[in-house]
Amino acid sequence: MELTGAEIVIRCLQEENVKFVFGYPGGAVLNIYDEIFKQDKFKHVLVRHEQAAVHAADAFARATGEVGVALVTSGPGATNAVTGIATAYMDSIPIVVISGQVPSPAIGMDAFQEVDMVGITRPCVKHNFLVKDVKDIAITIKKAFYIAATGRPGPVVVDIPKDITQHLAKYEYPKSVEMRSYNPVLKGHSGQIKKAIKLILEAKRPMIYAGGGVVLGDASEQLIKLTRKLGYPITNTLMGLGGYPATDRQFVGMLGMHGTLEANMAMQDCDVLIAIGARFDDRVIGNPEHFFRKGRIIIHVDVDPSSISKRVKVDVPIVGHVQTVLAEMNQLLEFEDKKPNAAELKAWWAQIEKWRSKNCLNYDRTSDIIKPQFVVEKLYEVTKGDAFVTSDVGQHQMWAAQFYKFDKPRRWLNSGGLGTMGVGLPYAMGAQFAFPDAQVACITGEGSIQMNIQELSTCKQFHLPVKIILLNNRYLGMVRQWQHFFYGNRYSESYVDALPDFVKLAESYGHVGMRIEKPGDVESALKEAFGPKLKKQLVFMDFVTDQTENVFPMVPAGKGLSELILAEEL
Amino acid sequence: MRHIVSLLMENEAGALSRVAGLFSARAYNIESLTVAPTEDATLSRMTIVTSGSEEVIEQIIKQLNKLIDVVRVLDLNDGRFIERELMLVKVKAVGALRDEMKRMCDIFRGRIIDVADGSFTIELTGSGSKLDAFLETLDKSVILETVRTGASGIGRGNRILKV
Repeated sequence: MELTGAEIVIRCLQEENVKFVFGYPGGAVLNIYDEIFKQDKFKHVLVRHEQAAVHAADAFARATGEVGVALVTSGPGATNAVTGIATAYMDSIPIVVISGQVPSPAIGMDAFQEVDMVGITRPCVKHNFLVKDVKDIAITIKKAFYIAATGRPGPVVVDIPKDITQHLAKYEYPKSVEMRSYNPVLKGHSGQIKKAIKLILEAKRPMIYAGGGVVLGDASEQLIKLTRKLGYPITNTLMGLGGYPATDRQFVGMLGMHGTLEANMAMQDCDVLIAIGARFDDRVIGNPEHFFRKGRIIIHVDVDPSSISKRVKVDVPIVGHVQTVLAEMNQLLEFEDKKPNAAELKAWWAQIEKWRSKNCLNYDRTSDIIKPQFVVEKLYEVTKGDAFVTSDVGQHQMWAAQFYKFDKPRRWLNSGGLGTMGVGLPYAMGAQFAFPDAQVACITGEGSIQMNIQELSTCKQFHLPVKIILLNNRYLGMVRQWQHFFYGNRYSESYVDALPDFVKLAESYGHVGMRIEKPGDVESALKEAFGPKLKKQLVFMDFVTDQTENVFPMVPAGKGLSELILAEEL
Repeated sequence: MRHIVSLLMENEAGALSRVAGLFSARAYNIESLTVAPTEDATLSRMTIVTSGSEEVIEQIIKQLNKLIDVVRVLDLNDGRFIERELMLVKVKAVGALRDEMKRMCDIFRGRIIDVADGSFTIELTGSGSKLDAFLETLDKSVILETVRTGASGIGRGNRILKV
């Protein structure tokens, strides 16, 4: 029997066990939407803006490890999706975005709602396809899911002209896919792994630096095993948080521009650095010339060869899936007689404890004004550290990363690479759809939340009990902080005037709104919001916070990790 | 340093733009780029002449390998290789210049492939530097038009780039 292209699209998605499609209809995808109407195997989530559809699909992927799916129409639908696609690309998130295209004969004719989607997204996708024949739909979608999820994951766009969704073809979903041009490496080189183990055991001042690859590669368990066995200090990048339990004594906190003193100093001063699923990005190591230390040995495990020796020259590269490589390392260590040098390690830990004793994340706990850090700390307590936490981008993001201690992977969802304001609420939606009974908190700012605030409507339609923790300081805080430090206090366009009454705004969408103005009310308000009475409600909590609070420690852009500014130095 | 990178990729629409886009997005140099299908019509072979430090060249190779449509990549500079480029030059050929141009063409082992009242078209193949040398030898006012293909390269002996 022959099926239409639109029917084939739906069958393929069902075949891939897709549970949610986040999307927005329009002319070029009407045939596909008609088939969605006729089926009930997956749920379609109607968002209010295509950007949010892609972010929600991205969050679903981050929270579950499955491929997220978004569906948008041609032209403006497609361009609205681009920010979401670029966000997923920078953080290596597996999503498939299906976009409608104008009918094949109209391509290139400047047709209504036409845009060259394959051309526009080329630099921000892992791969993309324009389907030119209905017979190619099934194999293309199969390839799209395969490419998105394997190797270093990433977004894949499938652009389908409208006429192709009407044409008929025999349907059979390919069981497997083989591509001569794409064969991701799984197993690391055994010789290199042996060499790495030898160097790791000879280290005097070792440091483990684990990034988002550990979370994406589901390698947390192996990482914990390795780290505990060695007894070495470990830091996580912003993307890696939760990859190693933050409450563990060996964890020295996040590193980087707003990392802890102990993490950054240990990173700088170690003699053997074990980098796992991390990419030495500019927000993590600052200036590579300053980061360079003669004699320091760097071992780098990553699934993507192009991440190795890109910004920092590496001594022992190991290309492979982090989970597989770490498992092999753990196995080797079991049969290894050599143990880490206890005396040297003790001295190294003593030095780290000295840095740690500076308590670099300390802030004024006696203030009459609500300190944003305090809200995050209380959120951590009230949710017992077990919530899915999403954030937008800016100061609140850094405080969330510093003060919410993530003990499990896939609990912390934020835009690390692209730094996209506006992801917080759609990320919370994606996480809540994935785990309907879980506590989901969106830590945001009054700047970021307004970049996708229309999604409050989606949350109402689908009864998503997300809790929005707005740290409202009436400033684009991170911009204000940089202007404070580097632009002579000239707060150019960083004050947000004419803010809405967020309580009324939330209420007008049919949600619960709260305004909290005193530190003493923070805990009780959070308890109420997460309590049984409001369990099924979206609660929008507008915390009126200190306008002048800055994020510390801070490594100024272009500086080295050990050149960080501490709060107490000001 | 100048490097010649050869690659095989799926002969599909848009594959060329992925490679060209990669070079512009990551600010890599392209001196020349040539591409055409191979004896296997599903594959295209591309030769890219680029330059950069060893680190940059290493990144270029890795990034090219990362492109889904790219099947194989070879840095020809890793071994011995031959490069050839084709150039067509239209030169002024009037009076005494007609003999002079014929002579120059013979010295560089070129061929005159078109003759008109006031001009010759000369075909010349060789390494890029040989073609440069030919142009430098001619008086600038004599050159009416030039067109070059960019270098193609192939490994010497048993060095073979094949799927």
